[in-house]
Amino acid sequence: MASFGRFIRLALGAWALLLLVSVAPASAQQVNPTASSVKEQQLLQELNRIQGRVSIPDQRSGVLEQPQGREWREFRMVTLPWIGGVAIIGMIALIMIFYLTRGMVRLESGRSGRTIVRFNGFERFVHWMTATCFIILAISGLNVTFGRQLLLPLIGFEAFSEWSQWAKYAHNYLSFPFTLGVVLIFLMWIGGNIPSKVDIEWAKRGGGLIGHDHPPANRFNGGQKLIYWIVVIGGGLVAASGYALMFPFYGTGIESMQMAQIVHSIVAVLFVAAMIGHIYIGTIGMEGAFAAMGSGEVDVNWAREHHSLWLDEQMARTGPNDGQPQPATAAAE
Amino acid sequence: MARMKFLCDADRCIECNACVTACKNEHEVPWGINRRRVVTINDGKPGERSISMACMHCTDAPCAAVCPVNCFYTTADAVVLHSKDLCIGCGYCFYACPFGAPQYPKVGNFGSRGKMDKCTYCAGGPEADGSKEEYAKYGANRLAEGKLPLCAEMCSTKSLLAGDGEIIAQIYKERVMKRGYGSGAWGWKTAYRETIES
Repeated sequence: MASFGRFIRLALGAWALLLLVSVAPASAQQVNPTASSVKEQQLLQELNRIQGRVSIPDQRSGVLEQPQGREWREFRMVTLPWIGGVAIIGMIALIMIFYLTRGMVRLESGRSGRTIVRFNGFERFVHWMTATCFIILAISGLNVTFGRQLLLPLIGFEAFSEWSQWAKYAHNYLSFPFTLGVVLIFLMWIGGNIPSKVDIEWAKRGGGLIGHDHPPANRFNGGQKLIYWIVVIGGGLVAASGYALMFPFYGTGIESMQMAQIVHSIVAVLFVAAMIGHIYIGTIGMEGAFAAMGSGEVDVNWAREHHSLWLDEQMARTGPNDGQPQPATAAAE
Repeated sequence: MARMKFLCDADRCIECNACVTACKNEHEVPWGINRRRVVTINDGKPGERSISMACMHCTDAPCAAVCPVNCFYTTADAVVLHSKDLCIGCGYCFYACPFGAPQYPKVGNFGSRGKMDKCTYCAGGPEADGSKEEYAKYGANRLAEGKLPLCAEMCSTKSLLAGDGEIIAQIYKERVMKRGYGSGAWGWKTAYRETIES
C-alpha cells in the first residue's frame, strides 16, 4: 500500500516535472524582467524630465534628462532677438520720426536767467551711479544676446571672447551698485511718483510732447512717473532674476534658471528701449531738461512750462523773493 | 567617418560607478566636477534603473547653438567639443543642455562660473593632439590614439557602449533580440532625434 502510494506520488511528480520542463522554456521567453521598469518616453511625457538618485556628492546632477532646454534655446535664439530687436530698433525709429517731425521741445518763454534747484547733489549722484551702471549693464547684456551675430564676425573669436569675458565681469559686479541705485531711487522719489488725477489730465493733453500744450504737472509729470515705475519694477525684476542666475542653484533648479533668464532678458530689452526714450527726452528731446540732472538747477521758466504745480509749491515755500514772476507766459499757466 | 555616440544599456548597468571613476582619473577632472554620472531612477523600488550619463554629443547640439561666444565645434567624428580659451562661463550651455553635461568650476566670489568643463568623448580640445596644454585643459585625447572613451572601455558589464552610432546600435539590437527585452537607448531621442527599433 505504502509502495503504491509512493509510486503514485512519483508518477505525479514526474508528470508535473515533465509539464514544468516542457512549459518552462516557453514561459521564460515571455518573462521580461524589465516589464515593470521605468520607461524613458513614459517618464518624459509624465514629467518632462527624468530625475533619480546619484551617489556622487553633487546631488543636482540627479536630473538625467530635461529636454525643455530646447524651448529655452528657441526663446534665446529666435524669440528674444525678435522682442529685443523690435523694441530697441522700434524705439529708436520712433524717436527719429518724432525728432524729425516735432523737433526739440523748445523753451517757449525763453530763459529767465534765474534758476531753481530741482535735484540736489545726492539725488544726482544716485541717478548717475544708476545710469552709468545701467549703460554698462545694457551694453554687456545686449552683447550676450546679439554679440555673436553682430560683433563676433567683425572682430574675430579671440577679441570677442576677451571682450565678452570682461563684459561678463562688469555685468556681474556692476549689478550691485545698480541694485543699490534702484533701491535708493525707489525710496527717495516715491513721494513724488504716486499716480494722481493730474497725470490723467497731463496725458490727455499730450504731455506737452504732442502739440505745444503745457499741461500742469507736479514735481514729476505723468511721463516721469512712468519712467520711475519702469525703473523700480523693471529694475527690481532684472535684479531678482539676475541674482538667481548669478548664484546658480541657490534655491533654483535648471527650469527656474531658464525662467529667470527669460524674465531677465525680456524685462532688460524693454528696459533698454524705455531708457533710450528717457535719454532722448532728457537731452536733445527737450530744451533745458538736461540741466535738471546736470547742474541740478533748472530755469524758472522751464519749471513753469513743464512742472507748474511744483514751481508754485516751491515758490510758496521759499517766499516771493525767489519766485519773482517773469514776464511772458507766466499768466497763461 | 564615424558618427560617435554613447549608448547605455540600462538593463545591464549595475551602478558600479566605474565609468565615473575612470573618467575622473583619466582626465584628472578637478574636484567638484563630474563629466559623467550614474543616475538611478526609482531607487530601491520595483523597476529600478541605473543609467550612466554624460555629454551625448548631440546632433545639432543646443549648447553650441546658444553659446554667446560660439566656442563649440563639432569634430569630423561628430564629437561636440569646446574651447576653454573662448568660453566666458556664462552658463547658457547649461540652461540649454538636456543632459546637464556642462559643469563649471566655482572660481572667485559669488560662486561665479569658471570656464565650462564637460565630457570630451576622450577627444581633448582644440590644442594639438596629445599636447600638455590640451591635457591640462581637457584631459586625455584617447581618440587621437585610436582608442575609445575610457568610461565605456572600463564598463564592467559592458552596459555603456561607445563608438560609431550604427555599430553600437547593432550590438544593442542583437542583445535585445537575444534576451528578449530592452528598455531602449536612453537619451537618444533627445540627443539624436532617433531611437533604436527593437
